[in-house]
Amino acid sequence: MLIQLSLIILLAPMLGFLVLIFAGKKLPRNGDWFATGLITLSFALSLYLLITKLTLHHGEAITGTMTWVVLGNAAEAGSLTVPFGIMIDNLAAVMLVVVTLISMLVHFFSVGYMHGDVRYSRYYAYLGLFSFSMLGIVLTDNLLMMYIFWELVGISSYLLIGHWYEKKSASNAANKAFIVNRIGDAGMFIGIMILFASFSTFAFGAIFDTVAAGNLPFNSTAWLTAAGVLIFCGAVGKSAQFPLHVWLPDAMEGPTPISALIHAATMVAAGVYLVARVFPILTADALLIIAYIGAITALIAATIAITQFDIKKVLAYSTISQLGYMIMGLGVGAYTAGFMHLVTHASFKAGLFLGAGSVIYAMHNALHKKNDHHTDAQDIRNMGGLKSRMPVTYWTFLIFTLAISGIPLTSGFLSKDEILAGTLAFGTLSGHWLLPIIGFAVAGLTAFYMFRLLILTFHGKHAGTTSLDDVVESPKVMTIPLMVLGALSLFVFYSFNPFGASSGWFFAAIERPASVVPALMQPATSAVFHDAVSSMHTLAMVLSILIAAAGVLFALAVYQWNKVSADRMASSLGFMYRGSLNKWYFDEMYGSVFVNGTIGITKILRWFDENIVDGAVNGAATVTSRISVVSRWFDNTVVDGLVNLSARLTEMTGTLLGKIQTGKVQTYFIYIVFSFIVLFFLFI
Amino acid sequence: MDILLQIVIYLPLLGALVLLAARTDEMVRMISLFVTLASFALSVPLMLNFDVANSHVAQFMTETGPLLAGLDVKYITALDGLSLLLFMLTTFFGPIVVLSSWTSIKKHVKGFFAMLLILQTGSLGVFASLDLVVFYVFFEVTLIPMYFLIGIWGGEGRIAATIKFFLYTLVGSLIMLVALIYLGFHAGDAINNGVFTTDWRLLSSPVYQIGLVEQTWLFLAFALAFCIKVPLFPFHTWLPYAHTEAPTAGSVVLAAIMLKMGTYGLVRFCLPFFPNASEAFAPWMGALAVIGIIYGALVAMVQKDVKKLVAYSSVSHLGFVVLGIFALNTMAVQGAIIQMVNHGLSTGALFLIVGMIYDRRHTRMISDFGGLSGVMPVFAVFFMIATLASVGLPGLNGFVGEFLILNGAFHSVVLNSYWFTILGATGVILAAVYMLWMYRRVMFGPITNKLNEKLADLNAREITLLVPVMIFIVWIGIRPTHFTQYSEHQVTQLLEESREKSAAILQSAKADELPGWAGKFYDITQEFASKIGEE
Repeated sequence: MLIQLSLIILLAPMLGFLVLIFAGKKLPRNGDWFATGLITLSFALSLYLLITKLTLHHGEAITGTMTWVVLGNAAEAGSLTVPFGIMIDNLAAVMLVVVTLISMLVHFFSVGYMHGDVRYSRYYAYLGLFSFSMLGIVLTDNLLMMYIFWELVGISSYLLIGHWYEKKSASNAANKAFIVNRIGDAGMFIGIMILFASFSTFAFGAIFDTVAAGNLPFNSTAWLTAAGVLIFCGAVGKSAQFPLHVWLPDAMEGPTPISALIHAATMVAAGVYLVARVFPILTADALLIIAYIGAITALIAATIAITQFDIKKVLAYSTISQLGYMIMGLGVGAYTAGFMHLVTHASFKAGLFLGAGSVIYAMHNALHKKNDHHTDAQDIRNMGGLKSRMPVTYWTFLIFTLAISGIPLTSGFLSKDEILAGTLAFGTLSGHWLLPIIGFAVAGLTAFYMFRLLILTFHGKHAGTTSLDDVVESPKVMTIPLMVLGALSLFVFYSFNPFGASSGWFFAAIERPASVVPALMQPATSAVFHDAVSSMHTLAMVLSILIAAAGVLFALAVYQWNKVSADRMASSLGFMYRGSLNKWYFDEMYGSVFVNGTIGITKILRWFDENIVDGAVNGAATVTSRISVVSRWFDNTVVDGLVNLSARLTEMTGTLLGKIQTGKVQTYFIYIVFSFIVLFFLFI
Repeated sequence: MDILLQIVIYLPLLGALVLLAARTDEMVRMISLFVTLASFALSVPLMLNFDVANSHVAQFMTETGPLLAGLDVKYITALDGLSLLLFMLTTFFGPIVVLSSWTSIKKHVKGFFAMLLILQTGSLGVFASLDLVVFYVFFEVTLIPMYFLIGIWGGEGRIAATIKFFLYTLVGSLIMLVALIYLGFHAGDAINNGVFTTDWRLLSSPVYQIGLVEQTWLFLAFALAFCIKVPLFPFHTWLPYAHTEAPTAGSVVLAAIMLKMGTYGLVRFCLPFFPNASEAFAPWMGALAVIGIIYGALVAMVQKDVKKLVAYSSVSHLGFVVLGIFALNTMAVQGAIIQMVNHGLSTGALFLIVGMIYDRRHTRMISDFGGLSGVMPVFAVFFMIATLASVGLPGLNGFVGEFLILNGAFHSVVLNSYWFTILGATGVILAAVYMLWMYRRVMFGPITNKLNEKLADLNAREITLLVPVMIFIVWIGIRPTHFTQYSEHQVTQLLEESREKSAAILQSAKADELPGWAGKFYDITQEFASKIGEE
């Protein structure tokens, strides 16, 4: 029953896609309410499914499979069948609600935001395709289907980033996103193949069971680590982790609701979901790599976010940073905390983006009234003082900012606090203290740059060319989603204790699965880790509140009260400031090394192809034609010469012999006698 | 049913004769369309009646007595698991190619369509024949109409291109002819009472075994011919010229059908006839294939001409097919066969699409375009689907083939290295780079060239001919089993028999009879045999 339900949840957005892509323009209002209705249905069913799952089937996973493709017998691998399997465990059930909820709110928000767009129905069609693919990732029970939906999510993201493809920057960003993701996906693909080559199955359950029974890929833990890290490569791409994080800021070229749904709340979190899915087979080494990648990402992105002026770029870097947090959380073994941060982050980050969308919408309309098409509607230096004109947007934005900064009473505080406690626990267990240090540093930076953004946008005096009177609050279809998300950013939805998530339903529902890797390569067990976390929890909480508060106060001091000059700070930090402003030159570096390198190689290869490979072919032709010239000469002079020679010889012989034939009988008689004598002597 | 196969094959040729009586160009087109459509329609019952469970048995067979006195050369045509899909692909593309040339061909219309129809019969014959001599005749027959199609109706550099295409392919096939004659006599001595024979069923049977040294030379001769046809790196340089200069119909047939004759030949002849040599050369062929995958992709990236870009992408895609074939396991070879069909569909579609903008703008330079999505939205959708199919997006056909091939190669005992798969997988990344980059430059961004501002979107004829291709691109992507089932049994059996045959030959071969190099060479096969034995 629940399986059928999940199929409806999955297929409803697909129906929306198919109907809208073929008949979107014929539907009333280009089909926006049709698509929104379908996703609302998905959401309602997901919510029902989650409640049923948690109350009636708490401990068990509900599975259902059908054979999707039989791909034949392979002599060395056995029969290859790819089942289309659905697995609903608590992880999937929670994720279903997150995805459908955010998607639904974005559908509503877009009715206002995208109003009058040139390709309005196409936009909703792609939203449907995205929702379908994302739900596929959530529901699947095997790695191959995961990979398939993974790529489909990638293409929906490509299509939506490039929605305004007339802009060169948008279509470039779409390409960049797809290609950078493909690099990670290729690694994931090879990781999947390592597992399949060894176990002949793609199913999560079967793989875990086989590894638990002591079978390892190619009988070595190194290969198991490699498989884990390679699969993680997929997450590095999709969740924009260092070093593949460069595509996400560019992806902000897409419509803002898309940024909220895909590039903040759900798709980019798919990497985190993937790591959570394969968690049992990750060895301690693989997890350590994952933890450090997450930490590096969190730090790099946070240090970039503090200097950006584009409202969406700040949010994009903060997304990367928070994704790094989640990955780090999973890496250190704080499984539940990492995943919980995904869920809480989905609400407040979607809220931040939709809030930013609301601001951009208002700014855009205000600029439009002034007939100003040059001023950037997204630059926070052109904003300021919007608080009075856009109260709903402001107050919800404030809640989201508090949540992401990890201020108590918000959902973000709960999950971030648990991750930080986890890193501290990991430090005590393994001695990797760098991870908690980075964790706390990023917490401070986050509070600082988020309040900087809030203050520059909403507080103070209005800057820029627009008059504040032209700025008006967005319509209800946009503000209501903000209010819903604002409510969901409060602690109460996750735990009744505002200072500890571990007693709430979430921690009860999402338990860290037991590791199946051989004992020597296992991370610290849940029990050990849990003890370490408990002893660190109070310290982590106090520290995180203090650091967040410090970040907030510093932001207030600089931007609200003007006690410290931002410019002077920037100039005194010199190259650090420039590095941050220029995103640590990652794009330039990749551009000159990889892009130009590849283009250089391709140019050399083109030359090689035209001159060497084809040259050899043409050379062979030339040699042949030269040979034919030689043989023509040979034919004319030697072969034909011989023929002519033999003719001439015959002729000469003829002439000579002709001279013998005198016609006189006497001469002939002499010949006969002479011959007779010769023959006589020869035979005697 | 048996006679139906003959009708399907020769109907286009008959049509070409009827064309001679046609008075107007309109009549010529109608007759061509009718004939190819009929040929396709009649081939559908063949597919439906094909016995999938016995796909290793030749079906719908027509077999005559010896054609030449003293030689056991018979006209044998039939379909089996290896040929059915490619045969169907050929009949399927017949009417599409005719429709695509409806208005773009203006000179010598009658000659053009006659050539197309002769080519169609030739191609169908190649896939259906089960006698090597008959195969060879059809193989050569296809060259001549293509030679004229490029040479008369091609672009500016058509003469040089068509001569290069013709001679290069001919060189390969002549070497194959020599090997074929040798093989015929050898087989005659071995299993046919001293009578020359080229019957595929006899040659591929387990009882016919060729010594290691002879196998090596024969394999090389056959493989060379087919590698030029594929074309495998480094024999590919005729392809970009031929493709750029050919008229749209020529490019489509070349890409969708004729290139497949090479890969088809490798599977049909090299694997079962020369099993030891196939195993011994597999890593080398695999290496060339992987080089081709990456090399083709990289060179494609910097092409300025859309057609040339697609041509180089073919080099890359067919590298996947060859890699799959020489991985020598069911998964990979199955992947290779479905990938032949996939490449036919997606690259065929891309050439059709390029032809459509060429008809409108008479240029194929990427820099002349930009922003076409705005003026040609319907065109943009088709182009996008074909591009994504070529990129190997899951849900479309290309993914299925690449997945099976890479996965099969990963398992492959003969290739015995993960690098084939790992490097091959980079080709998947590069495909996204060059295809999407090209798509962006042609379709996205602002319209920079004034001539592009008023381009007409696709007309009914163009949509009609693209829709069927798109249907199959999606169909194979979503339900690959509907198509892979046809070859499954035969591929399994062929590989199994080849393996057994190779082991038997190896056992009977005395090591000291082999020259030093060959001994060393076949050590690899020995290792392979022992590994299979262990399992």
